[in-house]
Amino acid sequence: MVAPSSFGNKEDHQIVGCLHMGHLHLPTTHTNCHNNGKMVIGSSKKVVANQLDEEKRVCALVVDDDPLVRKLHQMFLNRQGLDADVAENGKEAVDLFASGMNYDLVLMDMEMPVMDGPKATRELRAMGVTSMIVGVTGRGVEADKAAFMAAGLDDCIDKPLNGGAIIAMLDELAKKVL
Amino acid sequence: MEVDQLQRSFLEYTNSLFRFLDGQFGQLQLLQDESNPEFVFEVVSLFFEDSERILNDLTLALDQQNVDFKKIDAHVHQFKGSSSSIGAQRVRNACIAFRNFCEGQNVEACRRCLQQVKQEYLLVKTKLEALLRLEQQILAAGGVIPMLDS
Repeated sequence: MVAPSSFGNKEDHQIVGCLHMGHLHLPTTHTNCHNNGKMVIGSSKKVVANQLDEEKRVCALVVDDDPLVRKLHQMFLNRQGLDADVAENGKEAVDLFASGMNYDLVLMDMEMPVMDGPKATRELRAMGVTSMIVGVTGRGVEADKAAFMAAGLDDCIDKPLNGGAIIAMLDELAKKVL
Repeated sequence: MEVDQLQRSFLEYTNSLFRFLDGQFGQLQLLQDESNPEFVFEVVSLFFEDSERILNDLTLALDQQNVDFKKIDAHVHQFKGSSSSIGAQRVRNACIAFRNFCEGQNVEACRRCLQQVKQEYLLVKTKLEALLRLEQQILAAGGVIPMLDS
């Protein structure tokens, strides 16, 4: 168990929020999550032994049609101690949830073939999915962003993602769950 | 060559790339560490593969009798996304211009745009390859790749 007093600065506290969330009994089954045994914390690069139960690890799903973007977003999430599965389009994401998988956080690209972000988000919400869904959009039309939010997003951020945006998202997730 | 000299060359070269690669590239370099020592190389390789596939698809699509502008727009959108994720800002900007011409549905203009995007891609590819070679030289000489200020 990681004690908050062992962290010195504010940034670490933000990550600690996430770790604490990981200790809660989240109503999810992470059958696909791997127990890596290590967790890297932000810029301080402390490696903390992962003592979290596999069931309780925070899991994310990256939904994007571009393999480069999937790899990048997965890496940003891994860096914050999250396991991340990937899906190539909205339909794959919906199928994953329908098959019984559950994720605490979904990064949903807006424009994708087969099924786009807004449609997938609407379907997930209609299925009763309460995970945090964050839309990822290229800089563009405000109306599109608003329509995407209206589909049921918790938040919407611009591509490309960076470390800071991920940390801010995890703070929000921690607040949602705690 | 001395590790110091190689590291200096690396930093100088990286700084000279600011027109081609924006701050996002720095974000990628920050993700590389002892547990992921090849990360930048992997991402850049993926970018090359991705890009070449998309450029081929675009060339084919523009060669058709009946050009499918929707399909072309989708390809260019994807290229815009991947190039901006790696920080290749000139490629991204060329993609933005391309999408504008797609809306106009002008085949000739689109072909010119494709040439422009190809050119920018080849430019950044050359720069990235040179950067990766410098990284390899530093590692081979027993040094570490210097971190940049983001």
